[in-house]
Amino acid sequence: MGKKLNKTAKSNAVTYGMVVAAWAVMMVLQSQGMVSNSISGLLVPVCIYSIMAVSLNLTVGILGDLSLGHAGFMCVGAFASALFTNLTVEAIPATWLRFTLAILVGAAVAAVFGFLIAIPVLRLSGDYLAIVTLAFGEIIKNFLNILYVGKDSHGLHVSIKDSMSLGMEPDGVVIIKGPQGITGTSRDATFTIGIILLLIALFIVLRLIQSRDGRAIKAIRDNRIAAESIGIHITKYKLMAFTISAAIAGMGGALYAHNYSSLAATSAKFGYNMSIMFLVYVVLGGIGNIRGSVIAATILYILPEMLRSMQKYRMLIYAIVLIAVMLFSWSPAAQQFRERYSLKRLFKKNTEKEDA
Amino acid sequence: MAMLEVKNLGISFGGLRAVNGFDIKIEKGELYGLIGPNGAGKTTVFNLLTGVYKPDTGSVVLDGTEITGKSTIEISKAGIARTFQNIRLFKDMSVLDNVKAGLHNKHEYSFLAGIFHTPSYQKVEKQMNEQAMELLRVFELEEEADTLASNLPYGKQRKLEIARAMATEPKLLLLDEPAAGMNPNETQALMDMIRFVRDHFNMTVLLIEHDMRLVSGICEELTVLNFGEVLAQGKTSDVLHNPQVITAYLGE
Repeated sequence: MGKKLNKTAKSNAVTYGMVVAAWAVMMVLQSQGMVSNSISGLLVPVCIYSIMAVSLNLTVGILGDLSLGHAGFMCVGAFASALFTNLTVEAIPATWLRFTLAILVGAAVAAVFGFLIAIPVLRLSGDYLAIVTLAFGEIIKNFLNILYVGKDSHGLHVSIKDSMSLGMEPDGVVIIKGPQGITGTSRDATFTIGIILLLIALFIVLRLIQSRDGRAIKAIRDNRIAAESIGIHITKYKLMAFTISAAIAGMGGALYAHNYSSLAATSAKFGYNMSIMFLVYVVLGGIGNIRGSVIAATILYILPEMLRSMQKYRMLIYAIVLIAVMLFSWSPAAQQFRERYSLKRLFKKNTEKEDA
Repeated sequence: MAMLEVKNLGISFGGLRAVNGFDIKIEKGELYGLIGPNGAGKTTVFNLLTGVYKPDTGSVVLDGTEITGKSTIEISKAGIARTFQNIRLFKDMSVLDNVKAGLHNKHEYSFLAGIFHTPSYQKVEKQMNEQAMELLRVFELEEEADTLASNLPYGKQRKLEIARAMATEPKLLLLDEPAAGMNPNETQALMDMIRFVRDHFNMTVLLIEHDMRLVSGICEELTVLNFGEVLAQGKTSDVLHNPQVITAYLGE
């Protein structure tokens, strides 16, 4: 029993260690000037998408509900945090404080949406749930495309028509400009902050899994009827998992909003394709396997970028890699190979030899 | 006072009267059997007792507390635990975690305590581990504590399901066809275990079973259900010799 706790703790330590090591290596390489611009431009997005994959894995892998609207939560977090930063850029001059607050605002607003979407979702499961969450993501994206928000001496003005109907004083500033979104957000996101946020996301999810609440969530995933029969409150724990998952996605969104100078709710960035992309990260990394999500998100985000030089063929290669991984990772031959050459076994062999 | 007293329990699904005028009285520490042909409404009775269905008529009193129409969760807290006809374990969780999930309402710490591993988390988790291991020892599953529930052999899955139900510290344990799919040796071991659970925990047990060897071997009293109504009730030997029961269920 104690052994098992140690095993989980060890496995979690490997996950954190992997992230910290990746950060350290990149920092050293960067200081040596060995990282090209195109690569360093990928660092923050890798963190963002890893956070998104970890967050979605909580819903899909731990709670066991298929959600296809995760880009929606990210979008909400991005806009909320960018709006906050633009409103407080003068009031809070300290960047670290403003950005921290912006991340918290992004997470909080996304959490509220997660909670709201979870209420109807609780009645659904399987494909129906996927459809509702998919629709939710699209609604959020489309709504933000018609949303105008401006600020003048009277305070905030909101319109869903155009910037003229905000009815502001001449010196008023339009912050959210409908389809153009938010421009000129302070670009506060750095690789280090991205890594810290990823570590926070991992910390929350991994610790949650080990706790009493996490056991209840997994029990609901494995057998809802049995979970209810031993007195686990289904509604409460589904809401909890959805809300936490959305909050983490909001955090990823806040990081996203502060990594680019312009933020618009386009289909390419926040549409259902993106939600499905996150799902691909989760499925390929292993459903319920948090560390796998981070690895899959990193590799699958970098791969198409690396293939950019091949222009026409890159999506083809990407697709082939995806299919190959799916087919081969669980084939008996591949499993045997992993068994034979796993690090764990190599280490075990060495220690056994030492013992002898 | 009786541990479980049910009066005039009934439910209809559309035009079908699935259970009608069901009465039962089970004393504390009794091993009670519920038998009857397929479709007689036995599992429906279990579902009514545990709050899965809400009864149209009648009342359920557990150890002096009225629990009619309460939710599954409230009834679990009030002290009824059950197992299922087709085993329902938390397959992708370890054997230990299955039992710890059963302890869910017995221990509490806040969400944040769980995230930050505060002293209260450490203390409560330690207690839960000890209690869960104790139960696993009783059910001879402690060797498999780290095994995934789905990797257990069939007989042990049945045991684990009972261990998980016992973790909720019930007053009344409902077993839905515990011997289904077992060979005679396994059934014998199961009978010993059910008797052991009753003696060790001073538990009241109500079970549904088709295996007459098990029923006549361990049940002290029986209720026979046929077409949703009670056909016979009383001491096991009397009921099994009742001509009506023989015609409807046992066969000549």
